[in-house]
Amino acid sequence: MEAQLEKELSFHLDQHTSQLIGRGIPPDEARRQARLALGGPEQVKEKCRDARGTRWLEDLMQDTRYALRTFRRKPGFTVVALLILSLGIGATTVMFAVINSVLLRPLSYPEPDRLVTLRGFTESFGELWGCSNLDFGDVKRESQTLALAAWTYGGGTISEPGEPEYVNGRQISAELFSTLGISPLQGRAFRLDEDRPGAATVAIISYGLWQRDFGGQPSTIGRSLVYDGKTYTVVGIAPAGFQLDGGADVFTPLEQRQNTDPRMQNRAARFLRVMARLRPGFGLAEARAELGLIARHLAEEYPKSNAGLSLIPYPLQKELVGDVGSTLWLLLCAVGLVLLIACVNIASLLLARAVSRERELAMRVALGAGRSRLARQCLTESAILGLGGGVLGVVLAFVSIHPFVAFWPGSLPRAEEVHLDWRVLVFAVGASLLSGLFFGLAPALRVPMRGVEQTLRSGARSIAGSSRHLHSAFVISEIALAVVLLVSAGMLGHTLLALSSLDPGFNLHNVMAAHFALSPGTRENPEEIRAAWQDVLDRARRVPGVESVALADIIPMRVGENSLPYWTSANQPPPNQEPIALASCATPDYLKVMGIPLHQGRFFHEHDRIGSEPVVVIDDNLAQHAFGGKDAVGKRIWIPAMGAGPVLVVGIVGHVRHWGLASDDQSRVRDQMYYPLAQVPAPLLHFFSSIMSIAVRTTIPPLNVVEPLRQQLRGAAGDQALYEVHTMEQLVSASLARQRFLLLLFGIFAGLALLLACIGIYGVLAYLTGQRVPEIGVRMTLGATARDVMRLVLGQSLVMIFVGVGVGILAALAAGRILNRLVEGMRPADVSTFTITIPVLIIAALFASFVPARRASRVDPVSALRQQ
Amino acid sequence: MAPPKSDLPQGTLDLLILKVTALGPVHGYAIAQRLEQVSRGVVQVPEGSLYPALHRLENRGLLAADWKETETGREAKFYRLTRKGLKQLETETADWHRLIDAIGLILGMADGGAR
Repeated sequence: MEAQLEKELSFHLDQHTSQLIGRGIPPDEARRQARLALGGPEQVKEKCRDARGTRWLEDLMQDTRYALRTFRRKPGFTVVALLILSLGIGATTVMFAVINSVLLRPLSYPEPDRLVTLRGFTESFGELWGCSNLDFGDVKRESQTLALAAWTYGGGTISEPGEPEYVNGRQISAELFSTLGISPLQGRAFRLDEDRPGAATVAIISYGLWQRDFGGQPSTIGRSLVYDGKTYTVVGIAPAGFQLDGGADVFTPLEQRQNTDPRMQNRAARFLRVMARLRPGFGLAEARAELGLIARHLAEEYPKSNAGLSLIPYPLQKELVGDVGSTLWLLLCAVGLVLLIACVNIASLLLARAVSRERELAMRVALGAGRSRLARQCLTESAILGLGGGVLGVVLAFVSIHPFVAFWPGSLPRAEEVHLDWRVLVFAVGASLLSGLFFGLAPALRVPMRGVEQTLRSGARSIAGSSRHLHSAFVISEIALAVVLLVSAGMLGHTLLALSSLDPGFNLHNVMAAHFALSPGTRENPEEIRAAWQDVLDRARRVPGVESVALADIIPMRVGENSLPYWTSANQPPPNQEPIALASCATPDYLKVMGIPLHQGRFFHEHDRIGSEPVVVIDDNLAQHAFGGKDAVGKRIWIPAMGAGPVLVVGIVGHVRHWGLASDDQSRVRDQMYYPLAQVPAPLLHFFSSIMSIAVRTTIPPLNVVEPLRQQLRGAAGDQALYEVHTMEQLVSASLARQRFLLLLFGIFAGLALLLACIGIYGVLAYLTGQRVPEIGVRMTLGATARDVMRLVLGQSLVMIFVGVGVGILAALAAGRILNRLVEGMRPADVSTFTITIPVLIIAALFASFVPARRASRVDPVSALRQQ
Repeated sequence: MAPPKSDLPQGTLDLLILKVTALGPVHGYAIAQRLEQVSRGVVQVPEGSLYPALHRLENRGLLAADWKETETGREAKFYRLTRKGLKQLETETADWHRLIDAIGLILGMADGGAR
């Protein structure tokens, strides 16, 4: 293009010249006149380029080439900047990708926004997570706005085909697949006539189980499966990745549970999870209104169980994601701060370079370069840097996103859906360009406008005041941001320490607990079940290293609970307004195994059995709430779920932080009681035989007894399995997993922020003192000692550090408030947090300023003056 | 003594270039020559703005350009009118005539009034 333009214009000049020569004008004069007529060739060329409109593109390419050349000339700076940026952008991208997949992207069902879940709500229980089976049936029949489906948890041992293996299961109503809008990968969903007590036993298996036990063969449909002691015909295979609150391997029809689970006929047992799809033409508001009406009817008809109960539909996505959103946004903010520090850091480095290039720029202005053109060049340079960092950042995010998700404490909802998609890429590109513009802005604005001659004339290195202020502002904001992250990390650390030192209410050392289901073969009549349990206890006691053994349905801090209303007289208060207690069913040695202190009275013994007086042991809280803490032993309480008669309080034990070290204080259910397994009435025994856990106190490391215990308890048919084995230490530590995870990440971010801030201080001070070398030389000739010079430089940095710390503390107090709201058990920012974190920062910052200060103090005055 | 040259009215250079190129492919120097000859030296064609105008018209698709050899054997960039340029030339010519008529009318009327 350029060459053609050149050729075209020279052709014109030559033609004109030769014509003038033809008129008798001497060649030199002719050439001069021709040139004059055309005007300055460069100006004409400029105008032609402008006229073509490709000007900006050519400029961009030129600027890009120039920028790349500059980067190649300064590989150190480029590598450091790219490294910092790719870390910042990579971390931000990972967080955004997780947020995008978990919170922003719609569920992978058809029309996901029309899917809801139903929740009950009562005044005293607050929000319930489920519905009773009878309520579900009524709502399903009556609702015009919603098509409902329900499921509940299950599980059992698969004894055929393959080795006996305990798997998670779900009991689902026949409509579940059609409500969600999905169909099985192979075979079919349940028919309505199969979702009925006494119907043929059919099952849908997971994709994983199909691959594992059936080799993924298409002939699997129609084959049989022995699950939980019953033979099922496989009628379908669920799509890969199908989950209902976590994965499960066997899906069976819900209503077939009728015969074995008394809760199916109990309106107060709200154990079903209900999902529904809005019928065409209805919205959430209409569904809400209709459910309100239905709930009112139910309350009138069944006041004992349903008075005060309302039913509320929630968007399914909100339900599935739960409260993980706050953690995610918190982390995105934190990485955003790190990225901001990184940008400020690079901005100050670029600014330093821009200032030292001031004369070059002034020269170019003098030669006719437009100011906007030079500014654009600066921005091109930083945008390229930003994009380079962005590309590396995306690569980093791509590599690290799956480890990060795996590292998430507990289970991250929708974790299997997390991946990088176009939205994440747009975010990453946006973040990189924005960062690039951000750190390119200061140098671009410094392009000289006035006083060009002055800059050019002053032979000495000079530094404009405004740039020094800008540099200080950069350092101050970097320090302030680092303070925010450091203090947040400090607060989390302080919180974690405080929470870890809390007494869980039991002795967590040397205890192991595992789910344990009796062999389906021994679960036929109540006497057999009781005998089987006694056998389990006896066998477990014989395992070497086992000190004591107990069975319990609820293990502290583990998922799973049973909350029951109680009252202190036979006259019940209105339903759904009684106080509630966490009710655990246990065998006599439970207290010994868990090391829960007995405060008064006794725990259970062999004589508490069916037929003897029903007894209960309560914790300090319940004793306090029900009886004012005095003489509770010997009193009676009424627990409707356990029968009409009163139960005798025989003992008071210490409170156990069941809901986790951090969350227990804020939990709704704080009262606790224990009732003996031996007094569970016969009709309930079959159900209990599938939900009990075994807890063992050991004299050796608790995980060492797991294998021998497994061998001992396999049972005659070899189908009694231990599963979900935990030590109590693991459960206690898992209850703080969220806090620990946040602390770890904030710690890493704070460390990065500190490092970046120190690099920033070092860079800026090195640059500023470098600019002041001649001045320092003068000072030294006038008698200043090395010590004075050091004091001068350190003083300068101290001012910046202290202003930064001051601003940072104010910002950290605000950030602390947000943390307080979002993290349970959070301790407020206190003096000790500040007194630990702030000195760390100040020392690190001073250390970073020490090197340039020492270099300044070793300036040789003579050579410094000669530089002048 | 040559008659004093007047400046080209704003925006008319493009029109004149289109007219000249309508006669056949022609290079930039020839365009300048032809303009000066046809206007008998009355109109001063600013050579400095000729090339930017050519490039602008080419960019807008009104002109197309090819490199060809001249009679003297040198390579030159020849501009020719495109179909789109022809249409543009026609409408602009019509506009110009309307404008001239209107201005003539106004000037004549003013004359009459003063008389």
